[in-house]
Amino acid sequence: MKTVAEVLALTGAVFALLAGIGVLRFRDVYARMHAATKATTLGVALVGLGAAIALDSGRSKALLGVVFIFITAPSAAHFVGRAAYRAEGIEIDLAARDDLATMLDERDALD
Amino acid sequence: MIVAATVLLVASAACFMTRAVLGPSLADRVVAIDGFVVTIVAVILVDSIRTGSPWFLGVAVVVAFVGFVGTTAAARFIERRGG
Repeated sequence: MKTVAEVLALTGAVFALLAGIGVLRFRDVYARMHAATKATTLGVALVGLGAAIALDSGRSKALLGVVFIFITAPSAAHFVGRAAYRAEGIEIDLAARDDLATMLDERDALD
Repeated sequence: MIVAATVLLVASAACFMTRAVLGPSLADRVVAIDGFVVTIVAVILVDSIRTGSPWFLGVAVVVAFVGFVGTTAAARFIERRGG
């Protein structure tokens, strides 16, 4: 059981490292958010599963932390993405298309 | 194997911290610090596997909660300030 938990922890750590490299090397906020949110969530989920397998007591607490991050990480990324778009927009030469801008223009035209 | 996992997590935390220091915009820094907090939670969980004791799991849950509240507050601040 200990070996399974250690393999899960090592896999989760590899995902966390990939997230760190992605945040360091991607070019704009949205791409960095894509790396940071998804890869760290999966990494901490694997590590928490390993902790829940390895420990004799406190399994529910380890799983509670994982479930909490699964619920909060997407909403936090949504808040940061919305704030970044409203504050500074998106560089059009890094993105293929900007559907939100046309939608906002149409809404402004309706007003 | 646990030591290797800890080393990888510390390297990941160093990447996040570098981006938080460099980051051109405020949103970059917020994203980097959010990832850093999640990495801290993972380090606490790995350490509880290493020692075999559940005493720090509550700390992991509280750190995750504080990170979420901080990220949300910073996002609202960016939205209101504009940049």
